[in-house]
Amino acid sequence: MTAVPTFRAPAARVRNLTKTYGAGEALIRALDDVTLDLGAGEFTAVMGPSGSGKSTLMHCCAALDTADSGSVFVGDQDLSTLKDKALTRLRRDEIGFVFQSYNLVPTLTAEENILLPLAIARRKPDPEWYDSVISTVALGDRLRHKPSELSGGQQQRVAVARALVSRPRIVFADEPTGNLDSRSGAEVLALLRRSVDEHGQTVVMVSHDPVAAAWTDRVVFLADGRVVDEVSHPTREQVLEVMARVSGPQSHSA
Amino acid sequence: MIRAALRSLLGRKLRLLLSTVAIVLGVAFLAGILMFSDTLNRSFTALFASTVGDVVVRPQGGQIELGQVSTQTLPASLADDLRALPGAARVDGNVTALNVYVVSAAGKVVGGAGPPAFGGNWSDAPAGHGIEGLVIQEGHEPHGADEVVLDSGTAHRAGYSLGDTVPIVTSTDRLNISATLVGIAGFADGGTLNGATYVAFDTATAQHLFLDGADAYTDFWITARSGTSQTELAAEAEAVLPDGAEAVTGDVAADESASGLLDRIDFLTTFLLIFAGIALVVSAFIIVNTFSILVAQRSRELALLRALGASRRQVIRSVEIEAFVIGVLGSTLGLGLGILLANAIEALVATFGLDLSGQPLVLAPRTVLAAYAVGIVVTMVAAWFPARRTGRIQPVEALRDDIALPESSLRRRLVLGVALVALGVMALGAGLFAGVPHAGWFVGLGVLGTLLGVTAASPVLSRPFLRAARSAYANLFGPMGNLAGQNSLRNPRRTTATASALMIGLTLAFTVAILGASAKASVDRQVEENFIGDFIVSSTFGQPFSASIAERMADVDGVKSILRERYGIGRYDHSRQGVGATAAADISAFGLTMDAGRAEDLADDTVLLEADWARSHGLDVGDSVKVEMPTGNQSWTVVGLFQDNPIVFFPILTTTGTLIASGFPDQDNYVVIYAEPGTTGLQARLDDVVAKSPVVSVKNQQEFAAEQRAPIDQIIAIIYVLLVFAVVIAVLGIVNTLALSIIERTREIGLLRAIGVSRRQLRQMIRLESVVIAFLGAVQGVVLGIGFGITLMYAVRDEGLDVISIPVVQLLVFLVLSLVVGVLAAVLPARRAARLDVLRAISTE
Repeated sequence: MTAVPTFRAPAARVRNLTKTYGAGEALIRALDDVTLDLGAGEFTAVMGPSGSGKSTLMHCCAALDTADSGSVFVGDQDLSTLKDKALTRLRRDEIGFVFQSYNLVPTLTAEENILLPLAIARRKPDPEWYDSVISTVALGDRLRHKPSELSGGQQQRVAVARALVSRPRIVFADEPTGNLDSRSGAEVLALLRRSVDEHGQTVVMVSHDPVAAAWTDRVVFLADGRVVDEVSHPTREQVLEVMARVSGPQSHSA
Repeated sequence: MIRAALRSLLGRKLRLLLSTVAIVLGVAFLAGILMFSDTLNRSFTALFASTVGDVVVRPQGGQIELGQVSTQTLPASLADDLRALPGAARVDGNVTALNVYVVSAAGKVVGGAGPPAFGGNWSDAPAGHGIEGLVIQEGHEPHGADEVVLDSGTAHRAGYSLGDTVPIVTSTDRLNISATLVGIAGFADGGTLNGATYVAFDTATAQHLFLDGADAYTDFWITARSGTSQTELAAEAEAVLPDGAEAVTGDVAADESASGLLDRIDFLTTFLLIFAGIALVVSAFIIVNTFSILVAQRSRELALLRALGASRRQVIRSVEIEAFVIGVLGSTLGLGLGILLANAIEALVATFGLDLSGQPLVLAPRTVLAAYAVGIVVTMVAAWFPARRTGRIQPVEALRDDIALPESSLRRRLVLGVALVALGVMALGAGLFAGVPHAGWFVGLGVLGTLLGVTAASPVLSRPFLRAARSAYANLFGPMGNLAGQNSLRNPRRTTATASALMIGLTLAFTVAILGASAKASVDRQVEENFIGDFIVSSTFGQPFSASIAERMADVDGVKSILRERYGIGRYDHSRQGVGATAAADISAFGLTMDAGRAEDLADDTVLLEADWARSHGLDVGDSVKVEMPTGNQSWTVVGLFQDNPIVFFPILTTTGTLIASGFPDQDNYVVIYAEPGTTGLQARLDDVVAKSPVVSVKNQQEFAAEQRAPIDQIIAIIYVLLVFAVVIAVLGIVNTLALSIIERTREIGLLRAIGVSRRQLRQMIRLESVVIAFLGAVQGVVLGIGFGITLMYAVRDEGLDVISIPVVQLLVFLVLSLVVGVLAAVLPARRAARLDVLRAISTE
């Protein structure tokens, strides 16, 4: 199913993942036997209409949610075998997050927010890597400001820096541009793109924005909990076309 | 609007519960105290009604004070004159003595310093208005010298049943008696003596034991024929009485006894109500804080209501309705809890010997009214402050993403706080040093004003503390410490308001600790400076004991000389006045410093006066002092003025003979023993003299000091127990604030968990936040407590309490305990935070 030949082991592997909500008539299949590899050093977008299961897929991959059956491997670790403590450590050491609504800690400065995952792990930042992350975020003297004193775009860049600073195996970004104007959004996407190109960071982004998807290496399309299509090196037009096809039948049934 | 308010209440059951807790506890304390006090009053009123006849004939002025021993009696022959009265159905003579103690099967004296220990003759006379007095419930009446009846409470406490031999100790020459228990008496309706003990013999034995065998009575009860009122009967009796006797109606006699006692009980009730007030102030703090948080969390919802067209007033009212419902709910639960508490208070005062067990609890309508009124008013007033702010929410804010409730400026809080502290300090100063009338009110309001002022200014004043705590935390505990420190700085109003609730209880605890330590240090110093002789002999309960003890001690091998001291209570210028006495020959042993006259001139019917007291009453050497004593008005000549001396207990000092002539028995309160130089084993030989009298003991200086300190410790312990309530409410306030702020920060906590914060780290963070609050409260409490303690001690420095002692170890223990309290308060909120579902938490609005 992988269209792009992977020359490294995938950063995460999803195998036969199924998750349902409710029961009987109201049963919803959020994920329906999804199998997928997330390539290391790749910028992957997961797209699909509302209710397609894309967020659930990301939450399961990011050790925030558990599936009913199937498994997720991050590196070599099978998440379904891990308990809360190990999952927490995995999130801390192997995974970075960027949320739609920034989710910075309001009491900490931008810099403290960026360093938080390392501080929690009681690790010192690699100074070279830290400087390069800080410089790419381009906050300059605003590093000592609290989140409430930053614009939305700046806050989201801080969030990206926080996700990158611990050099996680995968960065998950949940609609990172959803709350931003197009210019700020582009800055954030450029930042993610650069982390992939320059540092080989693996990034997985959930989005429904074709413009955002066009920044990625590969787009995976979900509908009704299944992987229905994917595009490599997508353009905005390709994405729009697939989206129209994918969500077409659904809008009929709705 | 009402429906919206109720909906919002029910939608947040946890918050409803948390905000109710504070008011429940405050009201419970108030209701418990009122119930206890009503129960106390009713039980004593009932008790006193059963201790008087329709008419009581007694020696005039025979009893100055309740529970005081008098040697005045009435001849038995008077009974015949009284029986001849047309309105008299029957006449019974009573012999009543005090300080007649039962020694329990375990060898301990039953009863204690509080309630009296009565002895007397058994009588089955009905009390006034036909009320049945004590009746024999088991066994029979006592006959002959070796039979005795006890009240059921005493028999039970002492562990005796019918047929047992009961050892009895009195303060008269007949120190030890033992008699067979032949009857157990009690009230038919189940009432008790409230902790007093009662020992009854037949009349001849009682006269022999307590009246030196005189055929006399301490009083008579006349029972009225039906149709004769108490007043008519009293008038009839008055006409036949000899000089020196009087007839009073039972109602008057009962009132006299009761009012003396109820005055003391009123003090107890007032004392307890002060603590209820403290608890309510602390509750009010918690409620203000809780509502502030609730309103802040709901500000978007309230803005929406405004956007939908609700008026400012409607929005405020919706919060007030919520407060009303919480007030009603809290008062109801508080009333229920109050019943449990009333029982707890009963148990607490039982440690004084005031035993109310077996008394049904009185739940007066007034208590219910007070509970609801106070509960609802306090809640609504407390909620009004945050509610008022909701009115300032602009409708447009409903559309904003993050919305902050308008806050009054901290500068205004600071100004208000400083002004309140200034007023409080002035009131305190006026109450303590300026001699204003009702000084107690000034002191109380001054303390309250200072506490409220510090609370108001605390968000500003505490900032350096919170900053220091943050950096200390960051250094000690790393990132979680930093986060915890930041969280306490996030909303300084909330942090400091929560801490202030704790501060109030701890301030008072620290103040009491300092007062207690200072009082004990003063006692120690006074004993050290003034302890004369080598041993002191006194009764454990402060009761007088037979003069024969001193006489026998004087003969003990190794005793060089003895010094006796005793006192009686009379009235000077209509108020109670103690009169001390010693043998005229012993006066030089006191080592008095005389301002005027000569101590050696002291003889019968003369007095020495304490110089300051004499001056303030306009008396000088050569004048005469008029004091009302059991034998009537006495007039004594002043022969000298002495400077205040701690071993002279009262400002009037006379001779032993004068006191006996005034109607007091030949009993000593203290005997000082001077040892022969070089004698050994004297204390053991002295102990032998009082071996059979467990109430009297021989003490050296250390033992005497320890005995004098003991009541201080007891009072401090009781105040601590009462303050624990205020502290418990404050701790619940911390739990409340933490729990609510966790609800508020759900998304942030979710985020922390998402980026790898473990449950343990999260719990640690909440715990650290809690400890900051508790420690802030404790530090403020220490500072204010030391301030109040030293000020109060300074104010009373002229009254013999001139040592100011700061119990450093105790204060440190309190500080450490406050950290423990902080850790404990965090347990539940931390667990709740750690259990939050990460995914759901992140996606919370």
